[in-house]
Amino acid sequence: MTARAPGSRLAGWLPFAGAALLLLVVAPLVLSDFRLNLLGKFLCFAILALGLDLVWGYTGMLSLGQGVFFGLGGYAMAMYLKLEASQGELPDFMSWSGLSALPWFWKPFAHAWFAIPMAILIPGALAGAVGYLLTRSRIRGAYFSLITQALALIFTILFIGQQPYTGGTNGITNLTTLFGFSLGDPRTQKVLYLITAVTLGVTYLLLRRVTASRFGRLLIAIRDGENRVRFCGYNPVAVKALAFAVGGALAGLAGALFVPQVGIISPAMMGVVPSIEMVVWVALGGRGTLTGAVLGALLVNLAKTYLSESFPGAWTFGLGLLFVLVVVYLPDGLVGLVRRVGLMGKSGEEGLA
Amino acid sequence: MTGGALRVENLTVEFDGFKAIDGLNFSLQEGELRFLIGPNGAGKTTLIDVISGRVRPTAGRVFFGHSDLSRLQEHEIVALGIARKFQTPSVFPHLTVWENLELALGFRERLPALLRPLGREGEERIAATLATVGLEHRAGQRAGTLSHGEKQWLEIGMLLIQEPRLLLLDEPVAGMTRRERELTGQLLHRIAPGRMILVVEHDMEFLRRFAHTVTVMHEGRILSEGTVEAVQSDPRVVEIYLGRGRQRGKGQALTAG
Ligand SMILES: Nc1ncnc2c1ncn2[C@@H]1O[C@H](COP(=O)(O)OP(=O)(O)OP(=O)(O)O)[C@@H](O)[C@H]1O
Ligand SMILES: [Mg+2]
Repeated sequence: MTARAPGSRLAGWLPFAGAALLLLVVAPLVLSDFRLNLLGKFLCFAILALGLDLVWGYTGMLSLGQGVFFGLGGYAMAMYLKLEASQGELPDFMSWSGLSALPWFWKPFAHAWFAIPMAILIPGALAGAVGYLLTRSRIRGAYFSLITQALALIFTILFIGQQPYTGGTNGITNLTTLFGFSLGDPRTQKVLYLITAVTLGVTYLLLRRVTASRFGRLLIAIRDGENRVRFCGYNPVAVKALAFAVGGALAGLAGALFVPQVGIISPAMMGVVPSIEMVVWVALGGRGTLTGAVLGALLVNLAKTYLSESFPGAWTFGLGLLFVLVVVYLPDGLVGLVRRVGLMGKSGEEGLA
Repeated sequence: MTGGALRVENLTVEFDGFKAIDGLNFSLQEGELRFLIGPNGAGKTTLIDVISGRVRPTAGRVFFGHSDLSRLQEHEIVALGIARKFQTPSVFPHLTVWENLELALGFRERLPALLRPLGREGEERIAATLATVGLEHRAGQRAGTLSHGEKQWLEIGMLLIQEPRLLLLDEPVAGMTRRERELTGQLLHRIAPGRMILVVEHDMEFLRRFAHTVTVMHEGRILSEGTVEAVQSDPRVVEIYLGRGRQRGKGQALTAG
């Protein structure tokens, strides 16, 4: 049942090793600084997509609020970078909005040892709490999605409204250094890219272990029959809250890695539309497969960059179209399509199985 | 009502004013195998729903030993040793037969422990359960691809592997072939010793072949209780089954042969 030939185990590692080689060695050698930086940004999105896939693809919770967790991670990191850039002075946007002293909750973010864990813990804890409260009230399906969407709306409004503390619509900008290294230096950016790529790889491997375990199968069982799982003797509330917390924490981690590479975090990155975009990544790649989530994040963002360079304004339209097409024609995403084609190639009769 | 390991006391369940169960008293003794019959809509499934925590009583209480089941959540009731099978087979279609059993087996473990692989002992228990329900040859197959009867067996296996003290089986042989029914009946008798089993079943032939004590429900109440012969010759039972049976074909089964 569980035993597999050692050869096939090695073969299972080949695609991963290939991807690692591509991302860690080939890409930094062949891509321009600008393109590599762009790829680094996409890899952050891929980390988020992995978490969203755990939440949606495996556990069946369609979160339309993943941008919030991404944003919280991003803001935590940006607060640290902003304080580093301000060199003991009051951050610029605070003095513009009339604050005369650093707010108390900003103070601990002057320390990396506080800010970086918080970039993961705050969104993780918020997601865990939301997941717990919603599942405890047995809120699922469309209602679950709507409430998470409302969360995205609330947080955007909150962050825009609290300009003295958050930088308002502009967000937090003018970040200069990280641990004393200039963010404008291509070498710093290359290191950040490599850290992101390694983080993505580690996240992928951890989630692969989780989803391949009995816990992973419990998630799938909850997705396919939450009530039946209750009658199996499990309490789905704890399990779903945990999965949602992990998804939120990974989104926060992605946000924290994103900020130093892009140099800004703003409410526009955590709102309703980006949150839907995140769902499209996973849907297009193939929910319920980790590879699909990563590929989806990379491909959709590649398309977005290309399209918005060549046809500005067309992206939102293209995104909507893409979503409809995927939902109607590719319910299992690109990975599902590849599998189906692969099966057809192997044997004609099994093609439809 | 005398004592019993499972005691249902003055149970009433209302759905929007409609009484699906109406002041029902019922009990099961340790080690008993009981059949529960009654026409469509009699409230049999609702009774199982209440015992397993899916539906809350409007009035009355349900005790299992000293535990008041009407206050517990579904998974807490399972933890007490009460396992239920649904009327329509409900297994996890995307998991294999083996994985379905593995999931059912792990219900007492803490969540982090589920990240570790199943031990040797667990594998043996799954293998033994597969043999008990006759699905060894299907172990690696996705449960969604099983035949109707095989799904029913898998679901029974998922209950058995949890070693429950009380099994609630809602129409376990529905949709099975004659031979599958026979095998299921034998399985019931094999697993019965040492536990309580409550079986909801319409099929009279199955009843005559495998039941000792039968409880008849009608319109949310107990109509009759006793041996198969006694119940079959109870005029009130004959009446409700004949009254409806002409249209539904259940009455014929009751009186024929
Ligand atoms: N959730 C519900 N909401 C409203 N009415 C319900 C609900 N569940 C059951 N009922 C009603 O309660 C009555 C009893 O239903 P129940 O399913 O318990 O019958 P049953 O004896 O299991 O019948 P069958 O032999 O058809 O399975 C029926 O009239 C049914 O329509
Ligand atoms: Mg029923």
